[in-house]
Parts: sequence; structure tokens; C-alpha cells
Amino acid sequence: MISTGFSRRQALTVMGGAALSLTLHPTRAAAQTIAFDELYGKISVLGLTFSDKVLALKGERVAMRGFMAPPLKAEADFFVLTEIPMALCPFCSSDADWPDDIIVVYLDRAQTFEQANGIIEVSGTLEVGSWTDPETGFVSLLRIVGANFSAV
Amino acid sequence: MRGLLAILTATTVLATSMTASATTIFPLDRATILTSSPFDVKVEFDGVVSADDVSVTVNGKPAAEALGKDVRFIEREDGVEASAVRIDGVLIAEPGTYTVVAKAGAEEKSVTWEVYGTPETAQAKNVIFLIADGLSVAHRTAARIMSKGMTEGKANGRLNMDDLDRMAFIGTSSTEAVATDSANTMSAYMTGHKTAVNALGVYADRTKDSLDDPKFETLVEALRRQTGKSVGIVTTSELQDATPAALFAHTRRRADKAEINTMIYDLKPEVILGGGSAYFLPQATPGSKRKDDIDHIKLYQDAGYTFATTAGELAAASGSNTGKLLGLFHTGNLDTTLDREFLKKGTVDKFPEQPGLVAMTEAALGQLAKNAEGFVLVVEAANVDKMSHPLDWDRAVVDTIEFDKAVGVAREFAEKNPDTLIVVTGDHTHGVSIIGTVDDEKEGMDMREKVGTYADAGFPNYVDENGDGYPDRVDVSRRLFLAANNGPDHYETFRPKLDGPFVPAIQDENKKYIANEAYKDVPGAVLVEGNIPRDGDTGVHAVDDVVLQATGPGSERFKGYMEQSDVYRVIAETLALGVKQTQ
Repeated sequence: MISTGFSRRQALTVMGGAALSLTLHPTRAAAQTIAFDELYGKISVLGLTFSDKVLALKGERVAMRGFMAPPLKAEADFFVLTEIPMALCPFCSSDADWPDDIIVVYLDRAQTFEQANGIIEVSGTLEVGSWTDPETGFVSLLRIVGANFSAV
Repeated sequence: MRGLLAILTATTVLATSMTASATTIFPLDRATILTSSPFDVKVEFDGVVSADDVSVTVNGKPAAEALGKDVRFIEREDGVEASAVRIDGVLIAEPGTYTVVAKAGAEEKSVTWEVYGTPETAQAKNVIFLIADGLSVAHRTAARIMSKGMTEGKANGRLNMDDLDRMAFIGTSSTEAVATDSANTMSAYMTGHKTAVNALGVYADRTKDSLDDPKFETLVEALRRQTGKSVGIVTTSELQDATPAALFAHTRRRADKAEINTMIYDLKPEVILGGGSAYFLPQATPGSKRKDDIDHIKLYQDAGYTFATTAGELAAASGSNTGKLLGLFHTGNLDTTLDREFLKKGTVDKFPEQPGLVAMTEAALGQLAKNAEGFVLVVEAANVDKMSHPLDWDRAVVDTIEFDKAVGVAREFAEKNPDTLIVVTGDHTHGVSIIGTVDDEKEGMDMREKVGTYADAGFPNYVDENGDGYPDRVDVSRRLFLAANNGPDHYETFRPKLDGPFVPAIQDENKKYIANEAYKDVPGAVLVEGNIPRDGDTGVHAVDDVVLQATGPGSERFKGYMEQSDVYRVIAETLALGVKQTQ
């Protein structure tokens, strides 16, 4: 369902294309795709370790597919991306109730909520490491920032 | 104009008289309180009053004199335009009836508490309290039929819980509503006080702070105060979840899980087995859900606990003689029995070596039985509830079978140790019933027409060839049909969810839950329109009574209808918790 990544040749081609369009869309760079099952190298009772792929893509442009968990408002600049549709609203309950394999997405501008039943693709810069949102107190380990998304 | 003034005056008078009845006193009226167990008293006046106008009396004497504690007047509570009185850490040694009257000008409120003592001698040395979260009659019946089978209307075998000697119907309602949750219900069992939805070990006051509400003693605190008994908690949920937390915690908000984990550590139960390791890890560790740098696993290890993270390590730890055991088998909730043992779905790929409730109960009893003073063990089958919410009845029922096997382990222990009281119960019920079967062999594609009711239901064809007590598969051709009486919009597939736990509904852009379309294309699926408010994500708890069963010394105290808070009194009397048993 979710592409596991470009081949090196494809990536180079795409990167070339991105470089070419850089003058037109300065915020866009080539995005490497990453899937939910590629986020963690090891998941155990004693904690998680990020996968080599996540560590390699830290600070890089990435694209990721998943389901959008409902944000606080229809027009929101951040939301949670999940592997399967979730019945939870992150801001109704605490972040305590979320599974580990989620990604928090910070948009570069507010976008309207996408139907939770549909898959979306998010592109942006991957941030790695624990961070507490000063406004909501929501703690995240992985984030895609400066992001935008579209329905797939 | 004159007429209007007259009406205004009349309204004001009415408002004043209503205000007078709005004062609240905690503990609430009709509270039952164990002698010498500490609790906080709080009076919440409806408005701002003057200290000079306030009086609080207990059986006619000023409260400070009667209770021997400082009476603190708060003119304006934090975030509330009203006054309050607090008397913290009260304990009453003398059994009897205590009437509290609080006055402030025209405001007056009176409550009466019953303070009870216990027999001088304990009737039982040990208590094993087994609770299946959300256990309803349908779960029991389905577990019996699925596990044992049925021929010509008679069960082919009996569950372990079918042969307990005594029973009672338990009323589960909260202090604020007929409806209820796992926090206030388990808290009532474990403290003897009813409280509000989401609250544990406290009455729900009106201030925002979830950790400042008036407290009362938990069972574990009473055991520490009066006895040298060991304490064990075993659960398939996070250890900080409402049910296990109720043994230890004082918070208005069950979601305070990091704080709850600290409260558990403060009481250091000798055996702690379950999920929720995320709340033991310091915040710097990825996967941690703490907001501080405390490493709780290290704290327990330093305190002499044997530590296990897998079923294998748990088995190895059973040989240790420390009498102290910490087993954490998941960062969150453990997977269901159906996923763990049969389907390998859920998070079993990430946590492949989770022990089940039976292995955990055996390990706990092995350690706790080392204490000559006895023990109290609480065992929770959490997934009966966690799978009933999303209407995943196969998972809920298979976990009920596992729960019954844990009841069997407890009964075996009690056969060798007859000074053991066993209590088997749920904390609240779910709106579910078995209405017949679904028979794939019936003609056509329309699944609804394959539902067998009355004589057409026949008997299901589950098979347990290996005799492990579980059906070899749940997706047999003629299976039990369990139906919820409430829920969000969802697709009924009439089939077990073999790919992972059911997610019936998901939220749309208007914050309303809509049917999860992942199940729309299952052949024969029908859209079932919800009947609860559209902001409800899953099925809800029922208000129906819980059936409690018990056996062993003290169990004769269970009978008829009892409030959930009365169950605590039975445990307190059976263990003589009104009496100091340590030097």
C-alpha cells in the first residue's frame, strides 16, 4: 500500500527535477518516502530506537502516507498522522493514549481537514527527537514540519 | 414597573433559597468510612462568604474540636468565585453516626456519615480479587458456550466462575450520574467511597487542579497502615490505567498516568505485572510518556525487585526468592488473548513475548505466598472492556475465557490455602447480549438473513480439539451472534475481525464519528446507524448491575443488592482492617 522508497537512480532523477524547479518553488526539495513500519529499528518495553532510515533522513525532505487524525479545529496547522484510521482525538484525550507509531505534522500554513476515511500524503522536513509543543503540551518523537498534504 | 420589581424580588428570594441547598460537603451524605482511615473533609459554599459567618460542626461540636484537626477557611478558591472550608487528614477512631452541619449565613448543609469498625480477628489471611473490566452476563454466557459447548440446551462444561458459592448484584452508578466508568467503579471497590466519573481515591471538587481534591484511603494504604501483608497487582492493561490505579491513586483525572505511576511507587506493591512501561521510562528515552527524568524501573531495581520484560523472564523470575517482582511486558496495553495466542495481530509483532493473565497470576501468587502475614492480590482482565468498547465481541469473549482460567488458578490456590477469600466480579457492564447465531451455511449473500434467532439459532459449532479451553478458531461456520444495544454508526460484518481489533467509527471534520469505511466492502456488511451522540467514538458502559461472585471465608457477607462501595467493607471486615495487626 505504501511505497517503501525510491531506488537510488529514481531518487537522483527526482532530485535533479527538484533542483531544476528550485527557482520556481524555493521551499520544495526532493522528498524521500518513508513508511510507518520503517520508523523504528527496535520497539521494546525499555523504549524505542529510531531506524537507520529515520536517522539518515533527519532534517531531510520526506513524504509519508497515512490517515489524518482529527485536529482541534477544521482549519489547523498541525495534526497527527497515523497508520490506520484512529478513533481518538489527540486533544480530547492526552497524548498518553496514543500509540507510539504516530507522526505529528506541522503545516507551513493551515489547511482544511481531510476526511479521516481517506489516505493522504504529507511532505515536509523530518524532525527527530522528543519535543513538547509549548501551546498544547503534546509530546512527539517524530515530526514532519513545514509540511503540506494532499489526498491520494 | 411596580409589578416588575415585585417579580424580581420574588425571583431573588427563590434564588437565595436554592443557593442555600447548593453547599456541598465531602465526604457526601451516607458515606461509609472505616474507623481510623484518614480522609479529607471539604465544604464548598455556593458563593463568597465571610469567615465570621461560617460554622462547621460535627455532632453539634465545632469541627476543630470534634475532629482534632485544623479547619482552614478559603475565602476564594483558585479559579472559583466562592468560599470553602478544608479539614485534611481527618480520622475517626470511634464507630458511629456522625452528622456534619456547615453554615454560612443563609447557606446550610447537613450530611451524615457512618463510621464502621471491623471484627477484632481476621476471618481470612489472603484476598484474591479478580476483576474482568466491563464483565457483563453476555460475556460469561458466551465464554461458557464458546469454551465448553452446549448440547440440547445444557452446557457441556462449567466455567471456574460457575462454581463460586456466594453472589450479589452490585450497583455501579457514580456520584454524579447513573452512568459510570472504570475509575469511579474500581475506586468504590478499593476505597469504600463512591465518587465521580474519571476520579480515583478522591471526591470530585470544583477546582481545576486534578490533584487537590479531597482524598480518602485506598485498600493498599489501609493494608500498609494496619497489616504486614503483601500486595500484588496483575493486569493486561497499562498499570496506570484506571482499574489498577484505583488501588493506589488519588486524582480527579484518571489520565494523570505519569503521576499515578509515582503514586504506585510510593506504596511499592510487592508484585506489579502488566503493561505501561512508557510511564516508567525517563522522558529522554524514546517511547517514554513521563515528563520528568525519573527512571522508575531503576527505582524498583534499587528497591530489590526482580525485573522481567517477557514471558520467559517472568518464568525465570518465579524462581527468585525476593518476594518482589516487577514485570512490564508492553509500553501500552497488552494485546488480547485472541491476538497473542492465535491470530498474532494487534501489536504482537512488536511485543511477541507477552505473558497472559494466567502466567502472570501464577507468578504473582508464587511470590506473594512467601509472606506469612498474607496478601491481597488484584487481577484484572482489562481487554474484556477494551474490546467491548469497539464492539469486538470475539476478542472480549476470548479474554473472558482467559480471565476464567485465572479464576481457576485462584481457586486452586484457595484449595490448598483455605484462609483465602476469592472475589470475582466486573467493575461495570456493557450493553451487549447474545441473540443467537450467524450461520454461513444459510443460503444467499445477505448476511442479515444468516442470523439465526429462536429455534433457527441452533447451536454454534466451535471446536476445542486440543482441549485448551479456547475454541480452535472463532471463525467457524455457525458462531454466536453478540449484538450491542448502543454504539456509533458502524458496519456490522457478522464476522470475527481476523485482521486486528475492530475500529467501528472514526471522526470526521465536524468532530462527529462516522462509520469506518474499512469494513464497508466486507461481503454482506450492513451499515448500523448509531444511537448515542455523534461525538461518541465507541459503545458505552451500561448502567446494569454487575454480578459479583465469591467464595471462602467472609464471602457470606455478599448477598442481595449491594452498592459497589459496600464491597470494600466486606474486605475490610474479613481482614479486620479496623485493627492494628503489626507491632
